[in-house]
Amino acid sequence: MSENYYHSVTLDEALCKGCTVCIKGCPTEAIRVQKGRARITADRCIDCGECIRTCPSGAKKAVSDPLALLENFDYTVAIPAPTLYGQFSSDISCNRILTALKGIGFDDVFEVALSAEILSRETRNYLKERKGNAPLISSSCPVIVRLVETRFPSLIDQLVPMISPMELSARIVREKLKDSRGRVGVFFISPCAAKVTDIRTPRGIETSSVDGVIGIKDIYRELSQAIGRVETEEPLSRAHAMGISWARTDGEGSAVFSENHISVDGIEHVIDVLESLENGHIENVDFVEMMSCPGGCVGGPLTVENPYIARNIITCRERRHLPDEPVSLPEEALLDSGVLSIRWTESVESRTTHLLDPDYRKAMQMMEDMEAIRQGLPGLDCGSCGAPSCRALAEDIVRGRTTETDCVFMLRERIRELTREMIDLESRMPPGLDR
Amino acid sequence: MNFEYQVSGEDYSLAGRASSDIKKKLKQLGIPSPVIKKTAISMYEAEINMVIHADGGVIEVCLDPDQIKIVLKDTGPGIPDLEQAMQEGFSTANEAARELGFGAGMGLMNIQRNSDSLHIDSIVGEGTTVTILLKVNG
Repeated sequence: MSENYYHSVTLDEALCKGCTVCIKGCPTEAIRVQKGRARITADRCIDCGECIRTCPSGAKKAVSDPLALLENFDYTVAIPAPTLYGQFSSDISCNRILTALKGIGFDDVFEVALSAEILSRETRNYLKERKGNAPLISSSCPVIVRLVETRFPSLIDQLVPMISPMELSARIVREKLKDSRGRVGVFFISPCAAKVTDIRTPRGIETSSVDGVIGIKDIYRELSQAIGRVETEEPLSRAHAMGISWARTDGEGSAVFSENHISVDGIEHVIDVLESLENGHIENVDFVEMMSCPGGCVGGPLTVENPYIARNIITCRERRHLPDEPVSLPEEALLDSGVLSIRWTESVESRTTHLLDPDYRKAMQMMEDMEAIRQGLPGLDCGSCGAPSCRALAEDIVRGRTTETDCVFMLRERIRELTREMIDLESRMPPGLDR
Repeated sequence: MNFEYQVSGEDYSLAGRASSDIKKKLKQLGIPSPVIKKTAISMYEAEINMVIHADGGVIEVCLDPDQIKIVLKDTGPGIPDLEQAMQEGFSTANEAARELGFGAGMGLMNIQRNSDSLHIDSIVGEGTTVTILLKVNG
């Protein structure tokens, strides 16, 4: 069970001041401040990293796998996210960056951007063959899949039922090395905290083919130094503009080649659009790219470079990697011949983490109580109680997790009542003294 | 259990708030997601209609163990010809509304398609009451 609730996003208790800044920005209301410390409710957290961005004390962290993990394997392959190319000045070639990855301990590299190109092709085909006209929702961002399953389960069927470029890259690497002896280790070089969680508790597939997820920020210094040391650049980079563009907003969306696609980034905007999709208000759109981070993956919590600068570097590189003729990758044959499959094999289940009670009647009663409590609360959503809103506090109270006096206004009211009572009692004299 | 929402007719960007709130509540109650989706679509359409045509109004939502009843009351211009209004593509929305993507003439059709019962009472010059019913185990 604990494995199900593994999260990359964690709290450093020693740094948390209990300031309540993080609780408001959490899109799933997963954080409460209790006993002076923020607590993340594991089954609600979708690893979006929003709290990492907002915490003024740096107490929220994204934990990724250490480079030392490589020692457990005989042959290691780095699969870098296209975002890695946005972390270093565009004067430094992709070949140089990839050569440097080998310099810090990997035996080989395979660009995730290549798999993104293959998945773009597959998504285009899927769009053509599928029935119905409900807009397809991209599933490449692991946060979006988790957001849909918890907050928008009615949209699960609209998710693209395909593995991510990371997962496809790992499968390709394993297929290519299937005859090699020894243990092969595949490591994703990641801008994204949710990917760390995703390889442990994947969606749509039974197990991940990735052995570890290493945060870009965790190897940045080492990699920068290795880039400086590269003497001969190996011709390792094969990715084209389309694959590289997946690092930023609208890369994946544009690659679908549809005039009627939209691309949304930033978790709040994503939620707005998901609401509209659920209301049936978004029509004549066939594909919706959704990225939890502002700017897309370049805005990920495990990156180092400013996302706007990184985005610019990515677009510079896209221009340089524009193919002269239509691209056909040798790896596509692995899919066409059926050696590798990219479709989801497991269904994504709705996770109603906000359900009050499985018994409908009991849930109704709880909601009625909740409404009554909420009406008694000040409605300022001040957050002093440690819950993100008065409604959330009312919910916590009916769930039996806390009491009304967590509210500073209610507490003050109670103290006033008691004080009045005390003054009233004080004015009464026992008959023996009342002369 | 009853919920009441005052819907302002002045701000299109706020239209849909009541529907979103009800949607959230239905999720907390564990209503099956196809029913939530149908409720969301029909209530949202009706709420938008109320903002576009009638300058807002009041929405009452009554959640019972077996059904969801949504009553939208406005004191707007009323609907002169209900039969005509129910037809696909019929719209009297003004330019401002159309520019925002509303008023394609699918509203009432959409409500009918996504609810178990739709009833409209309308008197020209006095207002309109739209009653939508959805079965919880639908």
